[in-house]
Amino acid sequence: MGAQKKRASKVLLPLVNVPMINFTLAWLESAGVEEVFVFCCAHSKQVIDYLESSEWFSQPNFSVQTIESHNSVSAGDALRLIYERNVIHGDFVLISGDTVSNMSLTQALQEHKERRKKDNNAVMTMVIKRSKPSQITHQSRLGTDELFMAIDPDTKQLLYYEDKADCSKGAIYLDKLLLADNTSISLHNDKQDCYIDICSPEVLSLFTDNFDYQHLRRHFVKGLLVDDIMGYKIFTHEIHSSYAARIDNFRSYDTISKDIIQRWTYPFVPDVMFSENSGTKLERHGMYRASEIWQSRSAQIGPFTVIGNGTKIGDNTSISNSVIGKGCTIGANVSIEGSYVWDNVIIEDGCELRHAIVCDGVIMKSGALLEPGVVLSFKVVIGQQFVVPSYSKVSLFQQPTKQDSDEELEYADNSSGIVDISPMVGTVDKSNGEITSELLEKQCWSTSQLGSGGVGHIWSFSEGGYDEELRHSVAPIPADKLAELIQAIDDDLELTQDGSILPPSGELKPDSNYSEDDDNEDSRDESIYFEKEVEATFLRAVHENISVDHVVLEVNSLRLSYNRLAADCAGALFYSMMKLALETPHGSASELLQNATNIVTKWKKLLKYYLADIDEEIEVVLKFEEMCLESAKEFSPLFTKILWHLYDQEVIQEDAILKWDDEKKEADESDKVFVKQAEKFIQWLREAPEEDDDEEEESG
Amino acid sequence: MMDFQVVVLAGGTSKNLVPLVSQEVPKALLPVANRPVLSYVLELLELNNLKDLIVVVEGEDAALRVGGWISGAYVDRLHVEVAAVPEDVGTAGAIRAIAHHLTANDILVVSGDIVSDVPPGAVAAAHRRHGAVVTAMLCSTPVSGPLESGSSSGKDKTKKAGRYNLIGLDPTKQFLLYIATGAELEKDIRIQKSILRAAGQMEIRADLMDAHLYAFKRSVLLEVLDQKETFHSLRRDVLPYLVRSQLRSEVLLNGVPQPEENGNEKIGTQYNQIMQSQILANASKPSFHQLYALGPNNGPDLVRRTHKCCVYIANNNYCARLNSIQAFSDINRDVIGEARNLFGYSFSAQNNIIHPSAELGLKTTVGPYCMLGEGSQMGDKCSVKRSVIGRHCRIGSNVKVVNSVVMNHVTIGDGCSIQGSVICSNVQLQERVVLKDCQVGASFVVTAGSECKGEALAKKEK
Repeated sequence: MGAQKKRASKVLLPLVNVPMINFTLAWLESAGVEEVFVFCCAHSKQVIDYLESSEWFSQPNFSVQTIESHNSVSAGDALRLIYERNVIHGDFVLISGDTVSNMSLTQALQEHKERRKKDNNAVMTMVIKRSKPSQITHQSRLGTDELFMAIDPDTKQLLYYEDKADCSKGAIYLDKLLLADNTSISLHNDKQDCYIDICSPEVLSLFTDNFDYQHLRRHFVKGLLVDDIMGYKIFTHEIHSSYAARIDNFRSYDTISKDIIQRWTYPFVPDVMFSENSGTKLERHGMYRASEIWQSRSAQIGPFTVIGNGTKIGDNTSISNSVIGKGCTIGANVSIEGSYVWDNVIIEDGCELRHAIVCDGVIMKSGALLEPGVVLSFKVVIGQQFVVPSYSKVSLFQQPTKQDSDEELEYADNSSGIVDISPMVGTVDKSNGEITSELLEKQCWSTSQLGSGGVGHIWSFSEGGYDEELRHSVAPIPADKLAELIQAIDDDLELTQDGSILPPSGELKPDSNYSEDDDNEDSRDESIYFEKEVEATFLRAVHENISVDHVVLEVNSLRLSYNRLAADCAGALFYSMMKLALETPHGSASELLQNATNIVTKWKKLLKYYLADIDEEIEVVLKFEEMCLESAKEFSPLFTKILWHLYDQEVIQEDAILKWDDEKKEADESDKVFVKQAEKFIQWLREAPEEDDDEEEESG
Repeated sequence: MMDFQVVVLAGGTSKNLVPLVSQEVPKALLPVANRPVLSYVLELLELNNLKDLIVVVEGEDAALRVGGWISGAYVDRLHVEVAAVPEDVGTAGAIRAIAHHLTANDILVVSGDIVSDVPPGAVAAAHRRHGAVVTAMLCSTPVSGPLESGSSSGKDKTKKAGRYNLIGLDPTKQFLLYIATGAELEKDIRIQKSILRAAGQMEIRADLMDAHLYAFKRSVLLEVLDQKETFHSLRRDVLPYLVRSQLRSEVLLNGVPQPEENGNEKIGTQYNQIMQSQILANASKPSFHQLYALGPNNGPDLVRRTHKCCVYIANNNYCARLNSIQAFSDINRDVIGEARNLFGYSFSAQNNIIHPSAELGLKTTVGPYCMLGEGSQMGDKCSVKRSVIGRHCRIGSNVKVVNSVVMNHVTIGDGCSIQGSVICSNVQLQERVVLKDCQVGASFVVTAGSECKGEALAKKEK
């Protein structure tokens, strides 16, 4: 049995005072896994260093190996690399390094293997657990988006999976063929994906075959569900009494921490030694206290709280539903509720914390206040009496202008999750000195930003990011926001109801029209995006002088990802060329012509690559016509000249031009402007062809 | 007795059943094991103590004939009003036409062509228990068609037996969350997220058939029919509409608009209603409708109007609708065959029913699962298998009848062979006629020596 997992340095962050990855490894060990491959990319050195110094490398019957990669940007890349390394030969368990679970893998593996014996196409078993998302926020208690699944109730085969639900659509659509073979299917909105997958080796080769699969759910799972040619199947295994969840945002961090404290994850709880957690004792009301703490008699340590070793707590301080790390110093009259304070934090007298996360080494000066949802990154200092507003993220570093989400190797590729964690992760990097050198120069602590003596920057929300922050925050969603959401649901419902009212007797016209319009809209959008992408690729090729072969590769990949024809590529490339000609400075029409002919001459090989057939050539002529009429009227007087140039450069053959002319014969007068303009040229083509052919034959 | 009024929709002369039906024999009077199909529904209702009935018939003539038969057969047993409605008004139109006769709080609407042993009382009880606006009876899609000794003709048809509808149920199988019928079946399955969210889980079934027996809250039914003038069918329009709008009800429950002001009082009554219906439903948890209606934090401004659509699933019951010629043959065979114990017939030791007055010739055999009506006579060396033969038929010698229905007063000449066919009343088959999978309309004469296969033989309608 082999197990494989991937991570980002996030897995070293403390979860109830233990690095997250220890929960994962301890579970795997207890579940009987013998061989673990830890796939690391970003911050790999940290993880490898950590694992080397930990006891995981020296366990009997439990081998942990690391695979390092610096250029894998997605789960797909990671799996392709693992396939190349050829280290996995049988069924394997695929999880991320932030999974907390106590489930037994035996039964799920058994089911998977038995299915495989009967049906070789059963390549994956996905672990799910019952969890009903909130009807208001449409997210689970782990902060993940609601999930819609269809499952065959008898075989447990997964038939439909929609996690990034489009809330604007009030309905889900299932292929009617799903019920052609089954007499019943179960639809679920009450299950949570545990992101624990039991895979057959085919999964790796499937990722290699489909080089564009990046994301395990969005591409791989959906790809298999849609594809009925290969017939690969995914099954589900539901766990009932055991625990499984992964941390991919602050809300799940909060939820899972509470679950651990309340012992749902037994035996992985603070008072059981499963890793480096040292002698914490469970007391009544879910209190865990390390052996060596100093606590004032007047301090009130409330229910469901963990206090780490070496921490000091001052007079009249109250702490409840919180986790306090090791070596912290908490002054007098401090109030901490629902918060996570990591190691070596200093909180001076009179501070107040509500639903906040405070990373290692932070100093809160006296009287500072954290409103709900605040995250203080490593070594930030909050000035006296300063109030950090709700949902703020505070870091020593300035907010990066562009969040490089690829930096994090995310199993769920939940972009918001990445953004959430990044202030912490960004600073963890400090030891690597990557970002630091670049940013240090800009570090000029403005005292105004965090109060007197404060050190750090408050990161602002990205556009529309506020709602995302709320959804994924450690703090509960505030009441007024909930009311707003409820209102929105009611409005939604109204809309969908109207949309779904069918005319009597099953005539479905309005409905079907509606969806057709929808589709058209989609495909129009798609084609605009496609053209934009091709144009950007082409311009880059021009400016960076990229060779034609490479441009072809890039355009081909766009073509595949947008599912376009060669004719679309040709049209889009020609459009980009003409647009470039137009944007290149020119004083007169003749200069514009010169620009155009130069570009065509230079890049004709690229264009020619997509002109295998006469139809594609016609597409180019039609595209040109359209441009002359609409987007680039400057070309209209030059139409014939450029067309002749295309002919002369053997980009467009005479057959194409003649066929274009033939097709236009039936068209409206308004459509014939350019046919008329090119009349003489076409006539010349019609009269001259024989000679050309003869010549060619002779020369050939 | 429960405050239920029963409406039996007996139809008219269905085009699907030509040439079996005619002006003289409307669909309701087609014989199933030698008694009109409508009698099965009426006796089922009588058995459930539902005796206050309105029978709606399409067409004046048909109504007169049906009315005549009922008053003869059920005098003193049932209180039946027969109402005539124009043809092709649809089931919704039929209810609209008789709306002024409806006075009870709840209405049970039954299709007159059902042959079943499902207790309508159970449907009514489920309806009352949940305080539903509609309760539909569902049964397993019939696995009909000829059985062991049958001809092969029907087999292919039954294999891919038409999909009647798709039904979406909640995990407790009490509530109807989704229904698709007719043209919708050709499209992809469209599920409203709001309903799925509220219920958490939905099972979509293709093996359940809407059995055309519904309990409606009268006020809601009449309001919908009044407001949605284009609705034509209860099954295809009214029921799907009620299912779709269950979490955002547009109908007024109990005919009284819920007070919009004075939120607290409303909550109070809402809770009371919930408590009441919980006790009635004998449930430990409120239904998803109630949870949804109250909203997540029970805020006073948050009462949503919902209504419940329920189902009663008939397990291990027989249920079939006589709505096609195939169904006519199947039902006739089932009632004296595999479902013979359900309808109170007394069978002989040979598992058949031969009226004492019937006469059989020498070496004539009537196999098991057959019925031979009053006063019919058969010649020598005949053989009857899995067939129903009506009253006062004259059957010659060397006649074979297999898997067929022969109605009343039919004359069959010597040496005829009848397989998988339906012979209507007063038909005359001359000698050596061979029929396979045919329907012969009333009073038709088939000339000697004819051989027919898969044909419908009938007099031209004037």
